Amino acid sequence: MTTGELVCPAGTPASLRTAVDAGADSVYCGYQNATNARNFPGLNFTPDELGRAVKYAHDKGAKVLLALNTYPPAGGFELWKDAADLGAKLGVDAYIVADMGVCDYIATTHPDKRLHLSVQAAAASPDAIRYYVEKFGVKRVVLPRILTIPEIREIKTEIPCEIETFIFGNHGLMVEGRCSLTNYATGLSTNMDGVCSPAHLVEYDRDDAGNMSTRLGGFTIDRFGAEENAGYPTICKGRYCNEQHPEGYYAFEEPISLNLSRLLPDLMDAGVNAFKIEGRQRSRAYVRKVVSSFREAVDAVRAGREPNLADLVALTEGQKQTEGAFQTKKWR
Amino acid sequence: MNTTPAPGDAIKRHLPDLADLPMPLLPLQPVLYRIVRRVAALHPELFERLGKHQRTSFVIDLTDMPFALHLRPYLPSLILRAVKRDRLPAHQASISGDFKTLMRLLDADEDGDAIFFSRDLLIEGDTEAIVTLRNALDDVEGSIAEDVAEMFGAAGRLALTRLREMAHGPNH
Repeated sequence: MTTGELVCPAGTPASLRTAVDAGADSVYCGYQNATNARNFPGLNFTPDELGRAVKYAHDKGAKVLLALNTYPPAGGFELWKDAADLGAKLGVDAYIVADMGVCDYIATTHPDKRLHLSVQAAAASPDAIRYYVEKFGVKRVVLPRILTIPEIREIKTEIPCEIETFIFGNHGLMVEGRCSLTNYATGLSTNMDGVCSPAHLVEYDRDDAGNMSTRLGGFTIDRFGAEENAGYPTICKGRYCNEQHPEGYYAFEEPISLNLSRLLPDLMDAGVNAFKIEGRQRSRAYVRKVVSSFREAVDAVRAGREPNLADLVALTEGQKQTEGAFQTKKWR
Repeated sequence: MNTTPAPGDAIKRHLPDLADLPMPLLPLQPVLYRIVRRVAALHPELFERLGKHQRTSFVIDLTDMPFALHLRPYLPSLILRAVKRDRLPAHQASISGDFKTLMRLLDADEDGDAIFFSRDLLIEGDTEAIVTLRNALDDVEGSIAEDVAEMFGAAGRLALTRLREMAHGPNH
């Protein structure tokens, strides 16, 4: 059984301190620019804030992982290089990366730093993972949320690096790092601009009966009845009408969150080294509740006790949760 | 089931909701202005995080109160004032929820996305401005509500205790 490092999100300096205080082993965060995949307004860190955050985390025995997990566009590589150099200067413990050019730059320029392969690289086979390990010295892979626990156990025997899996939060199932839905609707790229469903192109419109329509870039992507729970304004979680489904249906995925609290012992037994909580765009209240709940649960499993997790369903998207592919490939 | 009305129920039934009460707003304005200036003095980083949305006008509609708030968090000319719901000023973004919900958000006790999912919080207009405001407020450690209460000494602290009991229940 592994120790189960708890990797927690921080969208702001206050969230980082909250995560550390709630028991995070490591915290991941990004700069206020396109170098990370949560480039949302009002979120993320200035260089000064990141420097202070690293000191705070290190003083309390936690690590800071810097997300540089987007893909530089042609001619725009300097931003990613500068971000990596600054991260090294500020003392981050590892980089979370997706692009091979960024991997190569960090492996060459900052060889003493750990590289973690982002889920945005969508490496889900032993061959793919081994490539990144052999070429760039990647120490850990964050697996896409499409594998069962037996598959993860099998992969673990075939790769020379650590495994990190998501355990709570967004249930993203597109081929990550390759999704172009936002790009199609808005002209901005999730993978290069770092923003899925840019907020300045999201509109909510309520009618007199209380129904709410969600639009992205002028496209209506869902309509919620007055008593219905809402979800994020992402195309992959939208509900669409066609001739077979005039009432509308979830063409890609439902607004639902991953919650693997029940599967923690199996994941640790399968060799998963680190557990990632999704949600850099969420609040301190979310970070505090989710991190402290999973801290207790991981500690309980380590001590051979039954984990007793608080009910986190109120924090889930659409107030629904799933164990997704980790439990079965037929989750829908 | 006992359906006999309790003493006082008849009176309660005839009391109007707080939101329906006529309320003179003028006395509130200097207090609100002091509050927003105090928050600006204590938390300058909040305004840096707002970036270009310092110039955005927000309406915060406390649905169970007899007024809404107009906020323009632009440091050189801060605005926080009470406005009548039927005479809202020009604004780019609005946030609506009951007092209890907004108090819990201000206290960082509740996750904004979770409240939005449950439809207890409604947003309209410039979504980017609202997301930016939410993120900037969430980065303020401690409690803005406590900072404001401190301005009014013991009376402020007592009022905050009562308001929190309304929002979170007793023993918060």
